[in-house]
Amino acid sequence: MKDSKRKITVALVGNPNSGKTTLFNNLTGLNQKVGNFPGITVEKKVGACQISQLASTNIIDTEFIDLPGTYSLYPKSMEETICSEVLCNPFHENKPDVNIIVADASNLKRSLNLATQVIDLKIPSILALNMMDLVESDGIVINVESLEKKLGIPVITINARKKIGIGNLKQAILKFENQKLPEDFVDINNISKETFEGIKEIIGLKINDFTCLQLACNIKSNKHYSKVIKEQLENVLEENKFNPKRAQATETVRRYKSISQLLEECVVYPKSSKNNNLTQKLDNIITHPIWGFVVFLSVLFLIFQAVFSWSSLPMDLIDQGMANLSVFVSEILPAGALNNLIVDGIIAGLGGIVIFIPQIAILFAFIAILEDTGYMSRVSFITDKIMRGFGLSGRSIIPLLSGAACAIPAVMSARTIPNWKERIITIMVVPLMSCSARIPVYTLLISMMIPSEKSWLIFNLQGLIMMGFYLIGFIAALVVAKIMKHILKSEEKSFYVMEMPTYKAPDWKSVAITLVEKVKIFLVDAGKIIVAVSIVLWVLSSYGPSNTFEQIEQKYELEENSEALIASEKLEASYAGIIGKSIEPAIRPLGFDWRIGISIITSFAAREVFVGTMSTIYSVGDSNNSKSIKEKLMSHKNPETGEAFFTPAVAISLMLFYAFAMQCMSTLAIVYRETNGWKWPLIQFVYMSALAYFASYVAYQLLK
Amino acid sequence: MIKLADLKQGEEGIIDSFSDTEMSLKLMEMGCLPGEKVSIERTAPLGDPIAISISGYLLSVRKDEADTVLVQQER
Repeated sequence: MKDSKRKITVALVGNPNSGKTTLFNNLTGLNQKVGNFPGITVEKKVGACQISQLASTNIIDTEFIDLPGTYSLYPKSMEETICSEVLCNPFHENKPDVNIIVADASNLKRSLNLATQVIDLKIPSILALNMMDLVESDGIVINVESLEKKLGIPVITINARKKIGIGNLKQAILKFENQKLPEDFVDINNISKETFEGIKEIIGLKINDFTCLQLACNIKSNKHYSKVIKEQLENVLEENKFNPKRAQATETVRRYKSISQLLEECVVYPKSSKNNNLTQKLDNIITHPIWGFVVFLSVLFLIFQAVFSWSSLPMDLIDQGMANLSVFVSEILPAGALNNLIVDGIIAGLGGIVIFIPQIAILFAFIAILEDTGYMSRVSFITDKIMRGFGLSGRSIIPLLSGAACAIPAVMSARTIPNWKERIITIMVVPLMSCSARIPVYTLLISMMIPSEKSWLIFNLQGLIMMGFYLIGFIAALVVAKIMKHILKSEEKSFYVMEMPTYKAPDWKSVAITLVEKVKIFLVDAGKIIVAVSIVLWVLSSYGPSNTFEQIEQKYELEENSEALIASEKLEASYAGIIGKSIEPAIRPLGFDWRIGISIITSFAAREVFVGTMSTIYSVGDSNNSKSIKEKLMSHKNPETGEAFFTPAVAISLMLFYAFAMQCMSTLAIVYRETNGWKWPLIQFVYMSALAYFASYVAYQLLK
Repeated sequence: MIKLADLKQGEEGIIDSFSDTEMSLKLMEMGCLPGEKVSIERTAPLGDPIAISISGYLLSVRKDEADTVLVQQER
């Protein structure tokens, strides 16, 4: 029987690395929704689960919300602010009925700091002692019963990875209404008695001292109380000369003291601590001055191999599948505008989205494994010093380098950077890294400029230039990061300090769920924008003013094998062609003509589209379309000089343009999603276009 | 009394006090409390950050952050 009246909201609270998310995944499986908290880019994970009551047929709907990991209820970052807001604001839309406090039982002392703070908020709570296997192997003995008595809340031992104790935990959730709320864990009344009394008077509710302290410390970020009440509260704080930092410090020290006492009574530690041998041995290699970087480079190499080569087969299949689909659809639908819209606009747009799935999935599988095993914090440890000089931290290195495969998953992976400023800078510079979509553009232009047999010393010259462009992208990313470091102001004080967790085998279920979630976010959130832009681009390149297209068709009516010519002339006459021609004066100083202008416009969809558009537009004069695109471009003459149009100066200028310009709507769409607004994608688009224009201008003017 | 960052690798100390309130709040909630034993476990290849061991786990801290922690050196 389903009890429709009852729906329990459960919040998962805990330190980072406490296994909170593993537990969440175990409770909800793929039954979760990942979005952002309103107005802020903090991931909001909500999942559902049905719990059947023991000894009855009742099934109770339960909603779990996975709150960001934190060490205390005094927020120091956006994530932590959300966490304390949800818990402390009694009118929050996600206010839980009951909390599950997930604690790493092998690190009980630190876990209990947050746990007892949450208990002191007077919300029914359950303490889930996770990683009990580690506790046992370390020889620690925890007296659960006495812990339960001392804390005054149910304590359940679990092992989230091995799904042990989950059933008990679920049953404990159902009993939350019977929970008698415990007394305050620490007495903080004398920290500022008058302040607390003043606050209680204004609020009028029966709240305890800790809730008053919370309110007093976080009054600025409080979104719940009206301006009038907030002013009154601030007056009380001022009257009593309340010092939030000192109050926090006193509270923390006192709390830890009580925790130490409690642990002495409930936990027996072994005489000689075994210390984590495996972790130490691994760290000897992984953080070694030489071997550390060897391991890191090997891991990077593996990731790149995987993202490039493992993804090529599924990408080809997707490409082929979408091509077949468009042929199929264009045949079953009557010819006409609707057919064209669906086939060349919508299906082509969808194809441009799903093609990224293999790369996103593979990269995120790796990132999830690196995070889960504990290796990511070591990467950060060994690279932090280098990255710091550029306004980044060790956390930025993986997103940044992933950008050399594809900027989309790279931007998405910047979520792992806890600091707002570092995250924004990383997102802003990632698209400067030479992604795989630039390869076709570079290959075409380099092969036109330099014969393949040419070499410098023992190196193939084409390869050298290609590498040079990768370097240019990387250097540009670092330089821009450095500049942004000085421009961007951050109110949030940045801390680097973080835990280096012990190494663990990855939890494959969590890896799989992360991967599915990330693909879903990309398809749904960025997909909408990408399809819309694709349709606009399609309209621009396949329609022109009044009857110009008909005239072109009439002109070639009697000729055979004229499709390429028609396509080329139509593109020239289309709106995209008109725009391309009208921007010619602006791009002339870069060495570009209107044909390149059209290609720049159409390849806003994705850089590799450049090659296709160039091929179409240069079909003029090649009536049976027999030449390769390279031959077509090379035979093109400059109308003024009569010599080849694509001089090395033009090619270099064009390559620089593609190295720097933000020619990828999918990246812009994902930046929009990840930064929660159009501000950052717009800034990114403008600065990158400006940089591209400037670099191409200088290069062309110097080389021509 | 010396700064935590001035301890050598492998050396142990006892946290005494902090010279930066904001930083101390962050460190304290992560378990770095006055009276706790702390030791330098490792130094990153480029000399910064360092990994400190405190109440049974590893924290990675930048040197300028470790500079705000004052410790009594164990002899």
